[in-house]
Amino acid sequence: MTRKRMSYEGVAVAVPVTVPYMRYSTHSAHWFIGQALQSLLQASGLEKAQIDGLTISSFSLTPDTAVGVTQHMGLSPRWLDHLPNGGASGVMALRRAARAVQAGDADIVACVAADTNHVDSFRMMLGGFSNFARDASYPYGSGGPNSIFAMITANYMRTYGARREDFGRIAVDQRTNALRNPHALFKKPLTMEEYMAARPISDPVHLFDCVMPCAGAEAFLVMSEERARELGLPHALVRGAIERHNAYSEDPVMVRGGWRVDRDDLYAQAGVRPDAVDFIQTYDDYPVIVMLQFEDLGFCEKGEGPAFVRSHSTTFDGDLPNNTGGGQLSVGQAGAAGGFLGMTEALRQLTGAAGERTVKDAQLGLVTGFGMVTYDRCLCTGAVLLGRSA
Amino acid sequence: MTMPMMKPKRKNPILRTRQMNLPPWARGRVALGMTAAAAEGRFELQVCEDCNHVQYPPREACHHCLSPSLQWRAQSGEGQLLATTTLHHSNDLFFRERLPWRMGLIQLDAGPSVLVHLHGEVGDAPARVKVGARLDRAGQAVLIGFPEHGSEHMADDRMLREMTSDPKFRKVLVTDGKTAVGQALVHALVKAGADIVWVGHAEPWKKMPGLDDITKHPQVTLVPLDLTNGRSVSELAGEIGGKVDIVINNAEVHRSFGIAARRGTDVAKAEMDINYFGLLRLAQEFGGALKGRSADGATHAVAWVNLLSIYALSNFPAHGTFSASKAAALSLSQCLRAEMRPAGIRVINVFPGPIDDEWNQNMPPPKLAPSAVASAIVKALKDGVEDVYPGDVAQEWLERWRDNPKVLERELAAGG
Repeated sequence: MTRKRMSYEGVAVAVPVTVPYMRYSTHSAHWFIGQALQSLLQASGLEKAQIDGLTISSFSLTPDTAVGVTQHMGLSPRWLDHLPNGGASGVMALRRAARAVQAGDADIVACVAADTNHVDSFRMMLGGFSNFARDASYPYGSGGPNSIFAMITANYMRTYGARREDFGRIAVDQRTNALRNPHALFKKPLTMEEYMAARPISDPVHLFDCVMPCAGAEAFLVMSEERARELGLPHALVRGAIERHNAYSEDPVMVRGGWRVDRDDLYAQAGVRPDAVDFIQTYDDYPVIVMLQFEDLGFCEKGEGPAFVRSHSTTFDGDLPNNTGGGQLSVGQAGAAGGFLGMTEALRQLTGAAGERTVKDAQLGLVTGFGMVTYDRCLCTGAVLLGRSA
Repeated sequence: MTMPMMKPKRKNPILRTRQMNLPPWARGRVALGMTAAAAEGRFELQVCEDCNHVQYPPREACHHCLSPSLQWRAQSGEGQLLATTTLHHSNDLFFRERLPWRMGLIQLDAGPSVLVHLHGEVGDAPARVKVGARLDRAGQAVLIGFPEHGSEHMADDRMLREMTSDPKFRKVLVTDGKTAVGQALVHALVKAGADIVWVGHAEPWKKMPGLDDITKHPQVTLVPLDLTNGRSVSELAGEIGGKVDIVINNAEVHRSFGIAARRGTDVAKAEMDINYFGLLRLAQEFGGALKGRSADGATHAVAWVNLLSIYALSNFPAHGTFSASKAAALSLSQCLRAEMRPAGIRVINVFPGPIDDEWNQNMPPPKLAPSAVASAIVKALKDGVEDVYPGDVAQEWLERWRDNPKVLERELAAGG
């Protein structure tokens, strides 16, 4: 029996900022990080020197790491972390920042995720993404994650009877949400007919199952609840958080994620059951992963994902709102910022800043992370429960 | 079932010849262990010496017990196909030019899940399959999912043709038609479906036995070629260099002398002039042309074969100067391989033990029949391998050389 973990009580998350996404940019990642930090200061009224903790998540920052950012931006934090973990970056940054704040290692931590996207940067990144990708996946068709998740999707469809339409429901609902999000790059409605008629990318993955790489940044601040009140910043509270890496490595093909290992712990931290969750921001690199999370986070049993999406509406005004800002599928994937997208959206929902896509009376939101396809699956999983502050 | 490949139409001379874009070639040093095995036609994965867990992708520590003792071991390749996908989009030019491209995820019975290129005869998941390793056009090992039982024309599979150097419908130059090996090669290539076989003939006035037999094949044309003469090589390259898809350099001079048994250097020079400089002349004249046509349609230029000798690995003193000339040729062939790699032309080195010909008359058996050398070369082309050690003698030498080259040197000094 492991020792009971310390609670995340008293940790506030505030000031969600988004540096507007662009399909391509000639700026470097540093530009987006600078914009994100400036927005954090402007929105919070803080001085730069008051930021004494910093986490950076980025792929396109190389050869720099987080410490290079401190000199570039003229920051002198007393606590620093570099978390280039893609889609899991948001949950991981929040967990680490929360502990730093609780321990008194930092007072106010800025968590920043930013990536640029040059015309050729996505292709350039793929072949060298990891040792295993270079040796054992990229030489096979060089489809990048599309082909890996195509096979995960194909296996899921065969095993559990999911149909393309089931994934289509997820994508179409998210687009409905995105139409109310000014930051979304996709501005046109998506119909099921259009989803089904899209061109194949890597069967059974078609165009609208894929995210569009773009440039942009997301960021938020982590501090004590007390500090947030002092500063008069609208905030949400951390009610629980988990992460797990390389779970179920014995599964020959991915059918479940690490959330499943730790979900009881997650809900126990908040003293709730899944039905208390008012909205969920799932990590949506591909719709099949959204479906996996509905199962692995306890909204339905394994294999019931297809039936679950057929019987629930996941729009912002539906019975289980999912990716209320449109998710990466409709907003765009700004590299590691994709791993922060659910976090900033959840904060907006819980602080009354979600505008016309507001989930009514939302008290508790679930934000997930999923990242790093080093070979045949994503390795990092995480989730955070965020509650409205009283 | 794979439909037999049809003979491609003649190329439209107005169109630009397509250039080669290699598939992704980068690999870590550990992963090259798989390439080293595939270069000899074997599928090997790392196996933990301490707990027997099979590892993939290649790594530095056992994923089960963290032992660093991982050894490359032959695999049966049997497994279960879990999922397939057909790519309609690729980030890499090689695949982009060859879409749609099919791949699969297979769980090997030995444990790991592997991503593979899929043979067209493998249907949808679930299915029993057999995984093998092949060298791709970048010369790096890739895994391929084969059907459990292949059909007659499975070599004609579009994906597999990209990994191999099958002589079917290709135009081949055999540099010496007067030797028994050369003639056996011509017969084997014709049987394998070669479109044209040009056969070098250094001294056309000499009527060597067997020449009439090979020229009976309508695919065969004798061409003047003297590898000691730069002009002769250059003239032939001017005539057919732009058409040859496979060069097989089997020309050799073989005399059985060491150092003391014969005064002077004339014999050694003659051996070097063909075995080493002949290869150099040929490579300078034909290499560039082959590289320029390595993506030229379904029967593009594809391979270069050198007939070396197992004596290239370690000197056999009874045939000392011959051994030295073959060692020189081996070294040069490594240079040639490096220079041909950017174009995706495979350089195949063949290391036979003593061949049953006139220059090995005094060697005790077992000796390799010329037809066996020829079959080994055609098989190497079809399998897409890089190094071939045909026959029991070559296999035994290779094993001894790998075990300890210094011990082998001492044994050879003592007569074998």
